[in-house]
Amino acid sequence: MAGSSDKSLQVELVAADRLVWSGQATMVIARTTEGDVGILPNHAPLLSSIIEGVVDVQTAEGETWIAAVDAGFISVADNRVSILAERAEMSHEIDLEKARQELERAKEAGENDDAAQEAVRRAEARIRAVERAS
Amino acid sequence: MALSVREYRARIKSTESMKKITRAMELIAASRIIKAQQRAQAAAPYARELTRAVSAVATFSNVDHALTTEPENPKKAAVLVVTSDRGLAGAYSSSVIKEAERLVEKLKGEGKDVDLYASGRKAEAYFKFRQRTVVQSWTGFSDQPTYDVAAEIGATLIEAFLAETDEEKTAVDEVHVVYTRFRSMLSQEPTAVRLLPLEVVEGTEPPEEGDLLPLYEFEPSPSEVLDSLLPRYVQSRIFFALLQAAASELAARQKAMKSATDNADELIKKYTRIANQARQAGITQEISEIVGGVNALADANAGSE
Repeated sequence: MAGSSDKSLQVELVAADRLVWSGQATMVIARTTEGDVGILPNHAPLLSSIIEGVVDVQTAEGETWIAAVDAGFISVADNRVSILAERAEMSHEIDLEKARQELERAKEAGENDDAAQEAVRRAEARIRAVERAS
Repeated sequence: MALSVREYRARIKSTESMKKITRAMELIAASRIIKAQQRAQAAAPYARELTRAVSAVATFSNVDHALTTEPENPKKAAVLVVTSDRGLAGAYSSSVIKEAERLVEKLKGEGKDVDLYASGRKAEAYFKFRQRTVVQSWTGFSDQPTYDVAAEIGATLIEAFLAETDEEKTAVDEVHVVYTRFRSMLSQEPTAVRLLPLEVVEGTEPPEEGDLLPLYEFEPSPSEVLDSLLPRYVQSRIFFALLQAAASELAARQKAMKSATDNADELIKKYTRIANQARQAGITQEISEIVGGVNALADANAGSE
């Protein structure tokens, strides 16, 4: 792949309606259905489902970006990482107050409801993302 | 022609106010269309990455999936018709509906029953007026569709496709979508595509000589990854169709409103001319009446002297 050396990963974090982040990174951590996975350069090709959670990106410049994502996929090949989720937000885009309120609401909506459970997980992921970033 | 000047003036006035409305709609459509195109572009990376992932799985694993298997003997098809919610967009909605009707005829010719699904109020109204059953319809978002709507439509269609055949209803064996493809500001064409069963043939890039194909690791397993990948792929395809339809709708509306404005201009010009003529005719008549009156008086006076 042009532009990607052996030392870095070309990362694209994509939501259904926009490109959330893209750039060079040295490490990507995401939560798959089996557990957390860290991707370093020259990782073997991988295609995996990820669950609602936090994605951690260490950029080539040494910065750390944190994003909250919905259930989706991570695909790795040729030092190219794409993370696909229906919704994804960078930590600095998240409104913490709103996320907390959503968590409260979702928890009240019921424990047995699948949709509510999903909403709880989503809200928790967003709050975690903000807390990790700060 | 025999109308009075006052009536022509009233007509000019009402045409002018209509022109103001169509002009405003044209401008609104023109400004929205740029946004719609941007949204379509913003959604492209997701669709691209998803397609890449799907074709990776399809190319590098031999897993069959319910969404990709061709039913042996297709008996029933579902057709999703994507139209606008509002009119005043020229032939936009009717040409999609026409294309859908053509597809329905073709499917019926092949001996399949057709289930209709409608997106947009125009399609809903069209089928309702003809008393044809629409299984489900979604309305109220045609000029700015969100991904959530596409996800809902996708979930419904997939559910219909995967449903088991029983006594009450037969399962849908294939799903088609009819929408308007946005080619450019000037041309939008109604298109029909088959959505399910999926045909995933496009490989990422053809491997070069001596280049090893990446051997993907799948977590948790190829079939489970495929299980969650394919529905999303379907939803993203529907989202793409909705976005294209939205851009097309706005382009069609802009074009229709532009010609309506031009037409109003023409009408105003014509009415002004006729009104002026009528006014002039009135003046001429008055003068000839006065002259006639004066002549008659003069004649009468001449006779008495």
